[in-house]
Amino acid sequence: MTNSHTDKFTIAGSKYSSRLLVGTGKYKNSEETKSAIDKSGAEIVTVAIRRTNIGQEKNAPNLLDIIPPDKYTILPNTAGCYDAASAVRTCRLARELLNGHDLVKLEVLADEKTLFPNITQTLDAAKELVDDNFKVMVYTTDDPIIAKRLEEIGCVAVMPLAAPIGSGLGIQNPYNIRTIVENASVPIIVDAGVGTASDASIAMELGCDGVLMNTAIAEAKNPILMASAMKKAIQAGREAYLAGRMPKRAYASASSPIDGRFF
Amino acid sequence: MKVLLNGSSYSIENNCSIVALIKNLELNGKYAVEINQTIIPRSEYSNQKINSGDKIEIVQAIGGG
Repeated sequence: MTNSHTDKFTIAGSKYSSRLLVGTGKYKNSEETKSAIDKSGAEIVTVAIRRTNIGQEKNAPNLLDIIPPDKYTILPNTAGCYDAASAVRTCRLARELLNGHDLVKLEVLADEKTLFPNITQTLDAAKELVDDNFKVMVYTTDDPIIAKRLEEIGCVAVMPLAAPIGSGLGIQNPYNIRTIVENASVPIIVDAGVGTASDASIAMELGCDGVLMNTAIAEAKNPILMASAMKKAIQAGREAYLAGRMPKRAYASASSPIDGRFF
Repeated sequence: MKVLLNGSSYSIENNCSIVALIKNLELNGKYAVEINQTIIPRSEYSNQKINSGDKIEIVQAIGGG
């Protein structure tokens, strides 16, 4: 019998209990970052790679002290990269930074307004990174054909968007997400566009293996409470998927028996 | 001599190593170093000499989604 304690999922050979993956951007301060991530129960946490701020805030807390790599699986991203070369360069720096840790989140963007991925550059970068022994979790559109192609290239997880990054619009194309899940033999993780707990549940009810989110938690009025809500939403959606929902009917079906009525 | 450090001009002593540069900068935490787009492994920091005009990038992990 599957329950939430035995229902683990595997990425690149490592097992994870939490199907909620979270980002570390947009929080007010490091205390809020730490509290929200703790409360979310996430085991995989994304970070960005940027220039060290030379000559400023020498005593500012380092993000990797707040989310230590011995406690969390750190997932460096290539956010802000608009071509394959800068994404590959970012991943190589991240691997050096994290002592050879080779799990990365590849995203190659195409357009500042939508932050939609540049698919041709994403495919090129994915090939180069897989050839260089990276384990690539790849952000992509909700196109089932491209999702399969990224899997064939050797990506360890495919991460279609629900809606544009940071939009909070929820899952705009559930049929495509379901098709991607049906076709996949690697984990499918909805990445970007979730706005509230029900959006996360819907992703899990569609059969996704997990959900990666940042803004939905960080920009909530109470991020720590939203982190808790998201943890429960992911668990509820997963259990509902495993339980198998009832069929939809056009008309009512009485829950109480007709027989034995005394009126 | 002058180098380009994280996009800005920066003056350091001639024949400075990465170890000396990092000490000068009083960096803490984890970082990675690239010189002229070649990553320098941590084990090479004391051997790797910096040359005038080198483009040096020092990066770290920050918040992101």
